[in-house]
Amino acid sequence: MSESEKPVSLSGYVRLCAVVFLVVLCTTSAMIATSFSHVGDGWTLKVALILAIAVVNAFLVAGYLMHLLSEKKLIYIVLAFTVFFFIGLMGLTVWATNGFPTGTISH
Amino acid sequence: MEIPYTVKSRPDTGLYNAKLGIWLFLASEVMLFGGLFSAYVLLRVGAEPGMWPHGWLNVTLGTVNTLLLALSAITTLLAWAACKVRDFTKFKIFHACTILLALTFLGIKSYEYHDKLIHYELKLNNGTFADGHLVEKSADFDLVKKTGSVTLHGRIVTDEKDLMDLRAPAAQAAKLDEVTVPATDIKSMGNYGPRHNTFTAIYFTLTGLHALHIFGGTLVIFYFWAFGGAMWKTDPERFTNRIEVSGLFWHFVDLVWIFLFPVLYLT
Repeated sequence: MSESEKPVSLSGYVRLCAVVFLVVLCTTSAMIATSFSHVGDGWTLKVALILAIAVVNAFLVAGYLMHLLSEKKLIYIVLAFTVFFFIGLMGLTVWATNGFPTGTISH
Repeated sequence: MEIPYTVKSRPDTGLYNAKLGIWLFLASEVMLFGGLFSAYVLLRVGAEPGMWPHGWLNVTLGTVNTLLLALSAITTLLAWAACKVRDFTKFKIFHACTILLALTFLGIKSYEYHDKLIHYELKLNNGTFADGHLVEKSADFDLVKKTGSVTLHGRIVTDEKDLMDLRAPAAQAAKLDEVTVPATDIKSMGNYGPRHNTFTAIYFTLTGLHALHIFGGTLVIFYFWAFGGAMWKTDPERFTNRIEVSGLFWHFVDLVWIFLFPVLYLT
């Protein structure tokens, strides 16, 4: 049974939302603190850390607010295809950054 | 003719049609924003060392907008939950909050855009750069005819790279003042609009597309808020499903911002 078919308690959702908002507040603060901190020598480690925190944030929204933790199998299949193509898109992009044709002027 | 499976789930998919439809649409949206994010990666990795901007955007305003969208995602969920427990009054209250939060988000975004559009960089004939917010242009200012002058609240730097990292100690310590430059000294001038450099181009493209999604979502939510009463009286279950579908779109828009904020404002 997906979340939309279960009996709903408004007060239960208010509690859930309060927790989600508190965690979002904490994760957002953590991202900002990481951004202004002196972690690592350059931006690479900082970017990785900040994006990792953003993924936690995204998990909360997708998992709890969009009810993805208790959805139907078909939606998971649709999302599995999406993730596959998204990873392919990003992977090709990263791959392409090191594969300029001979003679390309680079900085 | 009655449209099938607007309330009950289809036996083969286990979902009502609109729900499957919105998830397929969101999958296509992931690829749309994914393409632009990959463009961002390419532009950033390909930038000349020291020429990718840092600290150009107002983190405080970005943080406020992040929290506004998170709150609006919550009020959207609560509006749907209110429909499920058949409390239309609470639905109206929660969705009114969503609309107000969305409009505040767009207001702040507009302020940020305006701030960039009145921020100018002037390349001077002596090879230096004047950079700052426009205070005034003299009445006879004409860059082509070389008449008049322009006044900025900012500073003059010798190397354009000094304008890139505004979090660098030197940039933080720089004193901003009113700088008046005669048109005869200006080689070229331009604001921090999309054509300024690749960062502003991708910034305006990504946030502009996102803002359009916010605007479209707000219109839909407003429609349900203002004119949903009739369907609520005749078919509350179908209306609730519509609120769920619009809510899923709204949460997706929040999800996109969750990545836009750190990528553009914090890194």
